[in-house]
Amino acid sequence: MAVFFFLLASILTVWGLYVGFFVAPTDFQQGESYRIIFIHVPAAWMSMLIYLIMSFWAAIGLIMNTRLSSMMAHALAPTGALMTFIALWTGAFWGRPTWGAWWVWDARLTSELILLFLYIGYMALRASIEDPRRADRASAILALVGIVNVPIIYFSVQWWNTLHQGASVSLTKSPSMATSMLTGMLVMALAFWMYSIAVSLIRVRRIIRDREANAAWLSDSSGVQ
Amino acid sequence: MYKAFIFILRKELLLALRQKTDVVTVLFFFLIVSSLFPFAVGPDLNTLKIIGPGVVWVGALLCSLLALHRVFETDFSDGSLEYLVLSGEPLTVLVLAKIGSHWLITGLPVVIVAPLIGLQFGLSAGSLSLLLITLLLGTPVLSLMGSIGAALTLGVRGGAALTSILILPFYVPVLIFGAGAVVADLQGLSIEGHLSILIAMLCLSVALVPIAVANAIKIALE
Amino acid sequence: MQWESISDFFAMGGYGLYVWGSYIVAALCIVIELLDLWKKR
Repeated sequence: MAVFFFLLASILTVWGLYVGFFVAPTDFQQGESYRIIFIHVPAAWMSMLIYLIMSFWAAIGLIMNTRLSSMMAHALAPTGALMTFIALWTGAFWGRPTWGAWWVWDARLTSELILLFLYIGYMALRASIEDPRRADRASAILALVGIVNVPIIYFSVQWWNTLHQGASVSLTKSPSMATSMLTGMLVMALAFWMYSIAVSLIRVRRIIRDREANAAWLSDSSGVQ
Repeated sequence: MYKAFIFILRKELLLALRQKTDVVTVLFFFLIVSSLFPFAVGPDLNTLKIIGPGVVWVGALLCSLLALHRVFETDFSDGSLEYLVLSGEPLTVLVLAKIGSHWLITGLPVVIVAPLIGLQFGLSAGSLSLLLITLLLGTPVLSLMGSIGAALTLGVRGGAALTSILILPFYVPVLIFGAGAVVADLQGLSIEGHLSILIAMLCLSVALVPIAVANAIKIALE
Repeated sequence: MQWESISDFFAMGGYGLYVWGSYIVAALCIVIELLDLWKKR
């Protein structure tokens, strides 16, 4: 099944990049630098979507006590963090020519940075608890606390930003966005989505195998004694 | 229920009074951290005035982190946390008492000393009293949010550092509105919004955090 | 088609560093993730 999603992701990527680089016209304000948005915006969308889905699976795992959904949450976290990193990196490379600075304390960039911290915290907590079931449930609580806080953080960062920078530059695109630009962005977003599904499917399979091997090894060694 | 709350609060406060090192360490840490900033930024009072509220707030935040890890850890390692869970009293109330005592021992002293630090940064009397109010409203939120991290990392290797990583993102809104109120006031802007949001955050976290913490403790004890 | 030549394509109207800097790092990230998954098979 993962192979199918990989195939889909590859086809969509080729299509999306073709539209992005050869069909979409040059932006009259930003020149060619805007072509970064074909990966920046999809990565940013995925980073948020994956956090939502991860918290959803974590909550299901906590409430229903189902192992598979907890493992699904576990498998999603690294990809989510990766998407957040890509969004931040490409944001910086887009900001340099557009705003003249690699990093601007823009509300969205700042929120994205905090999202990265949330992913890092989630993975760090998981990594440091040895018992997998306890790790599942403790990290689920953290993910849930995070999901309650994400809107509060986003709102407060926006408030803070407007207070300190006044009418600052924002990421809003020019209203006259060509349809081919939008198409390229949406196709790339789909490609990123399929890629995330494929990767997390492979990772969840690996997690299941590792845990089973671990459990088998534990019961083996206790049998010897 | 009420009795259990008071009992835990009294026990913790008596322990802290007998062993004053905790309170004293936190206070000195606060004083030293905030006194470092003028050395880094320079003695110009106009600059210091601008960063003052922020420095005091960051200092209070770090102090809250400093003692967080021990809120439940000592009770966890000597087994008394298990007794609390099995006592039959609602765990959320007991947890709230633990968090309350953490704030009384490490948060309140910092709040009381904060205006002194503010003086060093050339803040006016009006700013100082506002700083005191925002700290009074905000530091309990820090203790509450932080206790989630402390409960999740019970018995975990490197728990203290891990607690900070988990919790710092959740401190951002408190910092923004706490320090922001004082800065906004300096700029002559209205601060009603800041204060009402701080109060809202306090109410929300008093209501919700004990539930999360109680669950986290149960998970750690299984 | 808006590119006159291959070098024109790579120059990205003077924004080559930014555009390719983004795409190459994003691609690298994905390659690293895939390699990591492959290694632990």
